[in-house]
Parts: sequence; C-alpha cells; structure tokens
Amino acid sequence: MSVDTKPAPATKPKHSGGDKTLMRKTGDWARRAPLLPALIFMIVVTQLPFVVTLITSFMDWNAYYPDERGFAGIDNFRRVLTDANTRSAIWVTILLTAGVVLISLVLGLGIALLLDRKFRGRGAVRTMMITPFLVVPVAAALLWKHALYNPSYGLFNGVLKWIFGENAPQPDWISNQPLWSIIFALVWQWTPFMMLILLAGLQSRPLDVIEAAGIDGANQWEIFRYMTLPHLRQYLELSALLGSIYVVQNFDAVFTITSGGLGTSNLPYTIYQTFYTAHDYGRASAAGVIVVIGTIAIATFALRSVSTLFREESGR
Amino acid sequence: MSGQVTMVKGHQRRGGGWALSGLAWVVGLLFVMPVLWMLLTSFHSEEDAAKNPPDIAAPLTLDGYKSFFDTGPWPSLANSLTASVLSTAFVILLAFPAAYALSIRPVRKWTDVLFFFLSTKMLPVVAGLLPIYLFAQSVGFLDNIWLLIILYTSMNLPIAVWMLRSFLSEVPVEILEAASVDGASLGRTLRSVVAPVVTPGIASVALICFIFSWNELLFARVLTGTVAQTAPVFLTGFVTSQGLFLAKVCAASIVVSLPVLIAGFAAQDKLVQGLSLGAVK
Repeated sequence: MSVDTKPAPATKPKHSGGDKTLMRKTGDWARRAPLLPALIFMIVVTQLPFVVTLITSFMDWNAYYPDERGFAGIDNFRRVLTDANTRSAIWVTILLTAGVVLISLVLGLGIALLLDRKFRGRGAVRTMMITPFLVVPVAAALLWKHALYNPSYGLFNGVLKWIFGENAPQPDWISNQPLWSIIFALVWQWTPFMMLILLAGLQSRPLDVIEAAGIDGANQWEIFRYMTLPHLRQYLELSALLGSIYVVQNFDAVFTITSGGLGTSNLPYTIYQTFYTAHDYGRASAAGVIVVIGTIAIATFALRSVSTLFREESGR
Repeated sequence: MSGQVTMVKGHQRRGGGWALSGLAWVVGLLFVMPVLWMLLTSFHSEEDAAKNPPDIAAPLTLDGYKSFFDTGPWPSLANSLTASVLSTAFVILLAFPAAYALSIRPVRKWTDVLFFFLSTKMLPVVAGLLPIYLFAQSVGFLDNIWLLIILYTSMNLPIAVWMLRSFLSEVPVEILEAASVDGASLGRTLRSVVAPVVTPGIASVALICFIFSWNELLFARVLTGTVAQTAPVFLTGFVTSQGLFLAKVCAASIVVSLPVLIAGFAAQDKLVQGLSLGAVK
C-alpha cells in the first residue's frame, strides 16, 4: 500500500529526462542495480505483510477456534466499527493525536521564536530543549508516571506541598485526567521536535527582505503576521504531518502510563490487545486496515501541501 | 534551504531583549527539569526518593543503580545494542547505493521511487504486525534477534535513503565526471570518491537510525520473549507494585536512555534533517 504523493510532473527537474536519449537501454539496468536491493527489501518487508493483513481482515480467524477459519466478507469491519471499544479507540486516537500535535506545535513555535534571537546561552537553552526528545520513549513514560504524576511521591504533588504546605491538595493526576496525563507526557517529548523544524524554518527566512520591511516602518507584529508566518506555513504543515504520523502510532506512552485503561486505549493499543491477548486475527486486521486508511487520509491531504519542501529539495 | 540549525545569526531586537532571553532560559529549564529530576532521584535512596515533599539535599548513593543491575539487565542491553548496531549497518549498506541511484545518476521515475520509500513510513507499524508475527511463528523465528534486525532495517531504510540522498546531492558533479573519465567502476566511485565526501552525513544518518532502533517497543514487545528481549521491553517489565522502586526506575531509565542521549547530542546538528526525512536542512 503506498500513498499517492507524486509531485506534479512540471516540477521534475531536467536531470531525470535530459539524458534519456544518451544512455537509454544500455545504462538503464546499470543505473537501477544499486537501487534494487533496497527497493526489493522494502517491498518484501513492508508491503507484503500489509497485503496479508488486508486479506486477513476479510477472514473469520481466531486462533482459539482454528477450525472456524473462513471467509467473512465485511463482517470484521462491521464488528469493529460497531464495537463500543473500537469506536472509543478511534476517538481516543483522534483526540490524542490532535491534542499532542496542536499543543506541541504552538509551544514549539513560541520557543522557536524565543530561540531565534541572539542571547547569552542560546546554545545551552537549545540543548536543554532537545533533551526530552532524547529520552527513550518508554523511559519518558515511566518518568512521568512514577516520578512526576504519582500521587504520594511524584514531583508535581511534592511541589504543591512546597508551595501550600502540609494541607496542599494531592490529586491523583492519572486517575483524574488519564488522557491529559498521556497528552502532556507526549507534548513534553514532541515540542522539541516541532521546535527544531520551526527554528530551521525561521532561520531560512530571507533576512534582507525582513530588514527592508523594518526600514519601511513595519512593526514586529506586522513582520511576524505578514512575512514570518506565511514563510513558516510549509514548516508548520510539515511538522504537523510528521508529528501526526508518529503520534497516531503511539503505543509506548499508552502502554506504560495507563495500560490502555481508564478509557485511554488508542487504536494501536487496541489492535495489540485484540491480536495479542484475544487472538482475534480477523478483527485485529480489520482494525489495522482502518488505521491505515486513516493515516493515508491524513498523509495525502497533508503531504500534497507540504511536498513543496520535498520538491524544492529534490531538484538537483 | 540555507537555515543551518546551529549558530546562524539571530535577529537582534532592541529593548525588552533581556526579558525574552530570561523567558527562553525559564522555558528551557522547565523542559529539562524532568530529566534532571530523574537524574537526581536515581542517586537517592529509595526512602528519600519516596519522600513528600521531596528532599533535594538527601545524601547521594548508587543503590538505585546497584539494584537495577541486580535485576539482570545486561542481556537485554546487549540485545538492544546488537539489534541497533546491526540494523543500522544494514540500513547504510542498502541505503547508500540506493541514494546514489536516486541522486547522482538518477534512474527514470526516481521521484516515484523516492516517494514510495516515504510512503512506507506512513504505513502504521501495527498494521503489519500480525502477519509478521504469524510468519515468524510458523518458521520458528519468534524471540530471535535477527527478526528485529530485519524489521528495524525496514523501519529506518526510508529515513536513511531520504537523508543520504540530500547529502549526496551536495557532491559536486565535476568530481564524479572526473572519476568516470578515469574509468572508475561504480563500486570504486562510491568507495573512493563519494563516500569520503559524505562521511559526516553517513555518520549522522547512522546515529539517527541507531536512536530509532534503540527506542522501538511495539515490535520488540510482541515478537521477543526471554531470549531476544530488548532494553525498552525490559524496562516495561521490571516495575513491580511491591515496595519502593522509584530510585531504581530512574536509574534504569537513565542507563537505558544514555546511549540515545549520547548519539542524539552527537548528531545534534543533523537531527532536524533526519527527523524531517531530509526536507529541512
């Protein structure tokens, strides 16, 4: 299964077509040879399993009842889409992804703007900002669950006691707000990612034009609104797209922080459970196909608009 | 895109600058705080770690690390290292020639091929998990580190192809023409002409692939058992509800994250290029 992301033919650089006549045929296979191992490897390891998933999604197949294996039509899809748990999982996946991506995007933009100035220790602040992204995701989830959120010895409640004394409120963060607990742990890890891409975008602005605008009397807000933001648009879209692709698939945080309990089970976790614990292969596959369709919807919609970045880069 | 992430000229603003700089410092400290807290807690005794309000000045000890290493993490750390290093090596071996065929002497329809690689990255891992599990089960390949090596290679190959391609695009065409005039073969051109120029790029691609492989949980959790278990799986398994364990968990998280922190800071300048699949430089 591949996402249709072909850039418009007009943008193809001359390079690919220019020397057609010259080294046609003789050179073709010699040119393709270095590409083939990687290409064949990818097709076998990533595309083949998905084809099997697609076939399995139309089958009645539960490992506990091996004799009842057979064709099921769209039964699995009907069961998956009418099942309350799966519907909740679809909803959680949307909330989780949108929440994490939007909050980290806004925070990332703010921090990128702060770091796009010269000041003492800018390198140090940048390094501090990147650190959360370099903690192994499982370790980060454990850190938030036990060292920060824990009601009896977590840092958050500790800080409340520092500020308000012995009678400070000591909320059980995860039980009270399970989904938000996961969202904030992920925002902490993903904000640096957004910040890095947006900072690179900010630093690629044409400075002379901005200086000229300043000389012409545009104020900081106008420069930001009418010059910086339009320039950043493709970077915002790119970071939102890449962030969504990663967060939609999140398993580590849900698995570690709530184990899918308290209504926080997202699609990857539900699929993991359907097949790993319930051994209902047909249903797990149908849910998998739904995730893929959803991802492709996001990707084709978003990638078309950001592919300018890739295209610009692909012209050699 | 000329936006170097490192120390490109900032945009100096007049007035109020110190307040914004202060804010930047506060935000930076807030973001690094949980990691510092984890580091500090890992050096406290379990009793001190469980105190509320926390005791920052509690005496430091290595007990947390001792009790972590007593649980026997070495095999899982070794598995993670094997899977990450070998898959990274395979990724580079496969991606380098492919990137060459997609940039320096591009095949026809090379943009389609490039976007095919990218599209595999959008395919959720979980959608292919079941067939891989069933296949591995039927050929007796479960709980085998080689299965993870193959999967991690496929997971990182698209990233590496895109990144390496963007590095190779920077190799001057003249050098290559000179090599071909001198009658150098493809292998020789790659080895003696192209590789030296893009070595720093290859290094950062390798570091980023290493990080992604080291971090991976879902495949490792489903496809390995006691033998091929990796460090993240080990981490999820060793928290018990019995007794105090916070210092031990923090110590464990630090130990497991250490290779990623080192690799990440080493690749800092290329991190954004890798994460954006080469789209942003």
